[in-house]
Amino acid sequence: MSAGTFPAGADGRTGDTRKRRRVAGQSGHVGWLFLAPNLVGFLSFTLLPLLTAIAIAFTSWNVVSGYAGITFVGLANFAEALGDGALWGAVGRTLLYASIGVSASMMGGLGLALLLNRDIAGRTLLRVLFFLPHVVTSVAIGLVWLLLLNPDSGPVNAGLRALGADTPPDWLVSQTWGLPSLVMIAVWSAVGYNAVIYLSALQAVPVDLYEAAAIDGAGAFRRFTTVTWPALMPTTTFLAITMTIGQSQGFGLIAFLTQGGPGESTTTLSYYMYQQGFQFYRFGYAAAVGMISFVGVLLLTAFFWRFQKGRGLYT
Amino acid sequence: MSTLQTAGTRRWRRRGGNLGASLLAWALAVLFVVPFLWMLSSSLKRNIDVFTLPIRWIPDPVHWANYAEVWIGEKSMVTYYVNSLIVTLTGVLGDLTTSAMAGYAFARLKFRGRNKIFLLYLATAIIPAQLLLVPRFMFFQQLGLYDTLWALILPGVFTVYGTFLLRQAFAAAPDALGEAGRIDGANEWQVFWRVYLPLMRPMLAALAIISFVSTWNDYETPLVMLTTPSNFTIPLGLTTFADSEGGISAGLAMAAAVSALVPVAAAFVIFQRQFVEALAHSGIK
Repeated sequence: MSAGTFPAGADGRTGDTRKRRRVAGQSGHVGWLFLAPNLVGFLSFTLLPLLTAIAIAFTSWNVVSGYAGITFVGLANFAEALGDGALWGAVGRTLLYASIGVSASMMGGLGLALLLNRDIAGRTLLRVLFFLPHVVTSVAIGLVWLLLLNPDSGPVNAGLRALGADTPPDWLVSQTWGLPSLVMIAVWSAVGYNAVIYLSALQAVPVDLYEAAAIDGAGAFRRFTTVTWPALMPTTTFLAITMTIGQSQGFGLIAFLTQGGPGESTTTLSYYMYQQGFQFYRFGYAAAVGMISFVGVLLLTAFFWRFQKGRGLYT
Repeated sequence: MSTLQTAGTRRWRRRGGNLGASLLAWALAVLFVVPFLWMLSSSLKRNIDVFTLPIRWIPDPVHWANYAEVWIGEKSMVTYYVNSLIVTLTGVLGDLTTSAMAGYAFARLKFRGRNKIFLLYLATAIIPAQLLLVPRFMFFQQLGLYDTLWALILPGVFTVYGTFLLRQAFAAAPDALGEAGRIDGANEWQVFWRVYLPLMRPMLAALAIISFVSTWNDYETPLVMLTTPSNFTIPLGLTTFADSEGGISAGLAMAAAVSALVPVAAAFVIFQRQFVEALAHSGIK
């Protein structure tokens, strides 16, 4: 091991001498120095806010009453939230929005990835085109779809009328079609991301496995179910978890396009929390809603994690 | 993994299906491209021409006035652009610096409590950002930084995601290099800066792009933290082209949208390989 010439070797904080010798030249305070800038930020902008959020969830507080008006209210916020039809309505819409959004964009993404994994013309350009919506801000996406889906003059309804639909949907301004429209736009912008992740996983599947399956006489469908799908299981789990977290927090499109309306028809949990916190300034209640939704996402994540155990190729 | 021959290196070639597959893929691509083409085309039309049927994809005459108004008009995007550039560039540089140093510490330096702190970092990774917005809003109000760009910049300089990504990358680098450096008398900073950091270039590039795209596009943080239009970043600024009651000015809004997405789209097209690899890497590991 290296010579102990490095000056920071002996600060004596680590009790285990043998361990310190093993990492001669690197000890306590150098590590802390390297970590410090990041740690300061982590403590101030992540950990402290998190602890604060947990604490204020048990208080009643709004911006008018100021810091002096903080009162401890125990579980009242949670009781109010859980006893409130508005919250459960938002939970239902969030589950609908997220489950359809996640499953459609994952299936679409897998389909596209299988297509792109073949020897087709212009693969790189296609990958860029499919992925493009994912890197564009939700407001720009929202603006173009707002115009495209305009019930009276939008090109989508013009097309539907030309195809013979007398009363095409009102899309974003309709109670019935508002949420489906948002899901559709969300899927449109997420499919390419899923496709790209799946594609890179597909390209890492060992060719030997396909050859072995082909020798055993497996057709295309059986090769997919016995080789491709199990090999993709870690990716599927990863996407299921990250997409569920992302979609259940979906905010930009909803905030820009419908502001939760018409009525409450597109008020999902994340928009409900935003409304309570930053429109009604009920910080305590909003924090409680945030914690409830966090626990929900945590449970879903744990579910996906357990589900994939023992089903993957490499586990 | 790398010793195996992969499906990527020797693709399954079935000539028969390729023409059909190519046609299908390009047909699907139309679905993803048409809204952008419509956006571009409408941005060069007078308002009254935007919705005429059948759609005229090539505007005639080409109406540049929308862009003139977006850039030098009353609500100029220049302000939003400058703000977005400030926030994004400081955010990306800061994120790269703090993530690289912390990633190095977590992966290659030993200190008491290291693993516990790293676990704490990971544990906070799935906390919804929204839950943190309420207390951050309060903090920034207390600090007098509410409605300033600092409220956007500061939290972006430290990301658990970036730290994690670089920790994994540093951990995968060979030990022998650092030992050789130390034998040659390099101190720990030199080992970090001269020996290991140059190896991290691909990962740093990837993190820079991911961080750039997510900061540039962030809508929720400015919505909560900013109220003065002269402080708006692009996503929030874009909404000012749409919120006049009684219908938005379609051509103008599309010109603003095109102006907003050009930098990210360009960055993505140029660096798409690094971007995709970083996403794939963080996903599968």
